[in-house]
Amino acid sequence: MLSSRGQGFKPYLFLAPALVLFATFSVIPFYMLTKTSLFEWDGISTTKQFVGLANYVNVIFHDRVFWRSFGQALYITGLALTFQNALALLLAIAVNRKLPGASIYRTLFFLPPILSEIVVGLIWFWIYDGNFGIFNAILKEMGLGAWTRSWLADPKTALTAVAIIHMWKGFGWGFVMFLAGLQTIPEELYEAARVDGANAWFRFRHITIPLLIPVFVVVSILTILGTMQIFALIIATTNGGPGYHTEVPITRIFFSMLGTSRFGYACTQGIVFGLILLTVSLLQMRFQRRST
Amino acid sequence: MTSRHRIRVTVCSILALASLPLLTIGCGKSGQAKGPTPLRVWHWMTDREDAFNELAKRYQQQTGTPVRFELYAPSDVYAQKVHAAAQTNGLPDVYGILGEMRDLASFIKAGHVLPLEEAMNQDSGAWRNALFTKALAVNAFSKPNIYDVAPGVYGVPIDVMNIQVYYNTKLLAKLGLDPNAPPATWKAFLAVGKPAKEQGLLGFVSGWAEAWLIDCFATDYAIHTMGEKKVAATYRGDVSYTDPDWINVLTLFAQLRDSGLLAEGIVTMGNKRAEQLFANGQAVFAFNGTWGVNVYHSMNPDLEYGVMLLPKLVNRPMVTWGGAGSSFFVNAKSPRASEAIAFLKWLTAEPQQQYLTDATQNIPSNRAAAAALPPALAAFADDMDATVHPRLFSVQEDSSVIEAFDKGIQSILIGELTPEQVAKQVEDVKKLQHQRRAQLDHAHALQ
Repeated sequence: MLSSRGQGFKPYLFLAPALVLFATFSVIPFYMLTKTSLFEWDGISTTKQFVGLANYVNVIFHDRVFWRSFGQALYITGLALTFQNALALLLAIAVNRKLPGASIYRTLFFLPPILSEIVVGLIWFWIYDGNFGIFNAILKEMGLGAWTRSWLADPKTALTAVAIIHMWKGFGWGFVMFLAGLQTIPEELYEAARVDGANAWFRFRHITIPLLIPVFVVVSILTILGTMQIFALIIATTNGGPGYHTEVPITRIFFSMLGTSRFGYACTQGIVFGLILLTVSLLQMRFQRRST
Repeated sequence: MTSRHRIRVTVCSILALASLPLLTIGCGKSGQAKGPTPLRVWHWMTDREDAFNELAKRYQQQTGTPVRFELYAPSDVYAQKVHAAAQTNGLPDVYGILGEMRDLASFIKAGHVLPLEEAMNQDSGAWRNALFTKALAVNAFSKPNIYDVAPGVYGVPIDVMNIQVYYNTKLLAKLGLDPNAPPATWKAFLAVGKPAKEQGLLGFVSGWAEAWLIDCFATDYAIHTMGEKKVAATYRGDVSYTDPDWINVLTLFAQLRDSGLLAEGIVTMGNKRAEQLFANGQAVFAFNGTWGVNVYHSMNPDLEYGVMLLPKLVNRPMVTWGGAGSSFFVNAKSPRASEAIAFLKWLTAEPQQQYLTDATQNIPSNRAAAAALPPALAAFADDMDATVHPRLFSVQEDSSVIEAFDKGIQSILIGELTPEQVAKQVEDVKKLQHQRRAQLDHAHALQ
């Protein structure tokens, strides 16, 4: 048997391609990003002005709009974690029963996630339109004309309206994962419970839910990461408006880069935001380890 | 050779062979077609693709030099592409720059833009004299300038534009107004809101989700009511945004909101949507640029409309935001810079400009080609003397302040903030940016 010392550089040689790719596409960009965050730079000039941690101080202590955008992303995430995933689970349970045409439903429910966010945004922009939108037309038909409004331009409804589009577009991912999780639960467990007199709610609570916890954790992590980084949908529907009502961290980073040409500051916002997401992911993973 | 050594040699050989294709990918020439390499031109004007391609074909027939137009939309995606290309020295021979004067200055200082002063001055300034002065000025730096850019012209305008109010003549008549005499006062303008609503029409549309169009509207009134000097003094920091004149400008938006003239959801309305609503005859007024003539024509050739400046508020001439519409810049790092200049000279000569005017319904940057324009364009061209452009000011406003100002106006429009509150917020951002700039200057001096 060869000792690890005896293998010489061979293990490193096998690791080299992966390491080179990882360094090229992750480590070096991250290093450049961190370095740029310490400078005032417009993204074009050949000279950058070193500002130390000033950008970090500004983002963390003075940038109220950035933190507001963070709060708004949290609001959408909260809705997605609850309503979107609840809908995904319910539909997965329904389709998991041997219903006629189940494969059609599977395809239908997975359609929204594969559509372009821009296309989805434009379609829903028309639906929500305050002047000639379908949603308002339906409300009027139902005698609820007083409720009509420009849903995406009203500060009271804009963020929730965007969140609904996001949830409609995103529930298909959770649906597929929950369905896969449900299909791994042995049927014998349910049969045994039935023999013992367990009703449907009891079986759901004591068999389905516990065995789906790992899936819940993965779906939650993906929902949090996916929703916190929502971007194209916002640009296609509200462009962050009205005012700052639908701004999220990624739109702030984008506008810092291309709107105000502050690349260094945008990099700082990106790092601060990235660190928060990393912390959330680590907490989730810890929770997953405990629960499994 | 030991077996271990043989394995190492084999693995190394496989890796080396596998990496060869990767290494050689970057060495290949783009476009393997035979013949001379085309001059590459980047721009965001995808609506003019056919006209540009036709001109490229004509240029090749006349000179033998092929030209390839590569158009990318939407404009913010294009802006990203140009920034990324500049950072990697991958800009094409000719390209457009989106942004403010400071962005152009950065491109110039980084060596990405060729000065055109020498080319403009050749033949007793023939090229310069052929083009509208105001359009050239938008891409020129005077001496001295706050950006430390060498004075001179850097960009070539291919058209000129301004932004005004389009009015649907049929709808005005439907509302009982004279279609040949649109509202000339602010009060009369606002008064259209109520009857329009009663008739199920939208009063006023514009792409005010895109903050720059709000900015044009506000800047027009700021310059109209307080004059260029006071606006420039505000940018310099000598006048506060809480000054009564600025409050008055912001109050106009509150009046617009209360009049019922604005279309529902105007604050999240993109300009494309606003153009559709006006072209479909659903809106009485649209605040839009010269390019709207082409857009409306393609959407609804039967649309009957007129064009007017924004209604006056005080006894001073009304102004309109405008100047160069689209401009091209020559990449200073391109080995074919002189060919690029020759192409731009050809492109802005009268016959090509005439063709572009006919094909794309824009006001040409060439004076001679602008002599005989269709009526809709002529209305815009007549007001070119009234154009103003913040890029021509000796001082520029900080982009964070502009953002706070435009977002603040959106907040007024949705009834969330008062003009006074917005003015204070903008002033707070101004002070913060002023402090930041002072700290940077101090640090720069120490370095």
